[in-house]
Parts: sequence; C-alpha cells; structure tokens
Amino acid sequence: MKHFLLAAALILSAPAVMACETVTIGDLTIEHAWSKATIGAGRPGVFYVEITNAGSVDDALIGIATPAARMPMLHETVVKDGIASMPHAMSIPVPAGQNVQLSPGGYHGMLMGLTTALKEGDSFPVTLSLEKAGEVTVNVDVLSLRAEGPDCADAGQ
Amino acid sequence: MRLRSLQIILWIAATAAVVTFSAVRWMPANDDTSIAAPAFTPTFALADSEGRSRTTAEFRGKFLLVFFGFTSCPDVCPTTLSEVAQVMDDLGSEAGSVQPIFISIDPERDRRLGLADYTKAFHPMILGLAGSEAETQSAAASFKIFYAREADTSSPGGYTMAHSPGLYLIGPDGAWLRQFTYGTSAADILSDLQSRF
Repeated sequence: MKHFLLAAALILSAPAVMACETVTIGDLTIEHAWSKATIGAGRPGVFYVEITNAGSVDDALIGIATPAARMPMLHETVVKDGIASMPHAMSIPVPAGQNVQLSPGGYHGMLMGLTTALKEGDSFPVTLSLEKAGEVTVNVDVLSLRAEGPDCADAGQ
Repeated sequence: MRLRSLQIILWIAATAAVVTFSAVRWMPANDDTSIAAPAFTPTFALADSEGRSRTTAEFRGKFLLVFFGFTSCPDVCPTTLSEVAQVMDDLGSEAGSVQPIFISIDPERDRRLGLADYTKAFHPMILGLAGSEAETQSAAASFKIFYAREADTSSPGGYTMAHSPGLYLIGPDGAWLRQFTYGTSAADILSDLQSRF
C-alpha cells in the first residue's frame, strides 16, 4: 500500500506526462510531434514532428491541418549568406528509407490564426497530408516556450 | 642538490603556467563561430515597451547581447531568445554584468502585439525595444546587419521579415566584440562571456 501510494504520488507529481504518441500509416512512422507555448493567440504557433519512411517509395508531406489554427502552413527556415528567411515549403520530401525532421532552424509548421493561445501541457491534433500515404493525425504536445526539442524518453534530446 | 631539483621543477611549473595563461588569453576560443571585424561602436536610440527612449550610452559598463528579430517569427527568434534566456540563467550572480536586448525589426506590429509580454516570457531581464522605422533602420545600419520586409501570402498579415539572425556582443566600452552565429549553443555563449569577466 505504501509503495502504491508512493508510486501514485510520483505519477501525479510528474511535471508533464506527455503523450509522445507514435502513429503509423503504411511504411511511415510519425512521432515526436511537439509545439511551443505561445503568448496569446495573436502570434503564430509552431509545429515540429519526425517522419520516418521505412518503405521503398518516396513520399512527401504536402500540408497540415488542425483545429488549433485557421491557417497552418509548412515553412522552412533558410539561412543564406547570413540572412535568415522563412519561405513557404510547398512540399517536404520524405524519401524512401529516410528520416525527416521538422525541427528548430529547419522545416516547421507555422500555425497562423490560432484559435486560442497554446499552453504548456496542452495537446492538440494535427492532420498531416502525405502525397502517397494519405492523411494521418497525430497528437501534438505543447512544451514550454523555451523547449528546444521533444520531451520524450526516446527522443534522445 | 634537492633544492636545485625543486628549483628546476618550480621553473618548469612557472613556464607552463605562463604558456597556458598566454594560450588562454590570446588564443581565440571557439573561433569557428566568430567573425573577425575591425572595432566599431554600434549605437541605437529606440523606445522600450513603455515608450521611453533607450540609448546605447546608458548601458556603458555592461556587456550587451543584442538580437534583431520580430515576435511573429515562430522558429528562428524563439530559438535565439531561448538560448539567451538560458545564458542569463546560467550566468547566476554574474547576470548583472550582461544586458540582453531584443530589437524589433517589425516595430509597429510588435508594439501592437505587446513586446514586453513576449520578451519577459523568455526571461525577465531581456529588454525589448521597438523604435520608429527610421530609428530601427539606423540601429541596424550601425550594427551592420540586414533586414527587409518581404511580401508573403503564407505569413500572418501577408508579409514576413528576412533578417540577420546573429547575436551580437558589445563590450562595456560600447565597442562591438563579436557575433555568435545563429545556432551557437547557450553553453558556448556562456563560456565566451565568462572568459571576459
């Protein structure tokens, strides 16, 4: 009983029990979906995820949709000749046998027109549209504004 | 004879200390991320979130960590501000010697969205500044950085800002010391700062 109470206390006091959900569609594995808390809903949120293509056919991420934002889009941070810009990415390649990360400083989803501010500890669904595999929905964990990577035991960050 | 051996050992130790000190003092640390440039003194005169004009002159005696950005930027700007916040936390009791400053290159929109709320969410010590268009251009020119507004229908308000994403270190005398290129880790920035105190 004592152990049970201790275990229960530990579980309840864990700062954030994140879903760190992994979903698969065909040969694709989608995991480590995360976002950062926002200050209000007036500024865009961000969406990061990792997609692994274990198959032999190239695929591509061509869009995202979420009830959390009216205008979610794929962007890429490009630093060229010392200037950072964030052009719209029409499509993010997910080549056969490779792993693609949407992560800080690279590809990312920009969530414009947030319906509400994103709060640390919340989660929201994002549906990814893949050119070949179709649509798949993953739950996104909202981490702290200062988070630098996904907060999952297996994320190695 | 034993005294002589001791003398030799002490001389070797002293020489090693001098060599080590010189190496640490004059060999540039982590220089792969720095870009050498002749000394110059960047200046700005920009309003803070309460509308008071803040100038470089009032920060003499402190190191300045200056970053240009805009608050509707979801990826680059929060990443750099998180690094700066981490550096300020890790500086501990030495944090008072460093003033981090975020200069908005999208001042009209950032004033409207609330600049102080944004910078304070990362770290209470970060000072957000948003001047007029002309004041911002003049600050950017004096730091020799580039920024430009770009039409982009896939961004909020139909435009985005391209900009130099570096973090600039200014010395207590106001002279430009170095840039930390985008992606320099908080630990590297911290050790550079600590080597200067």
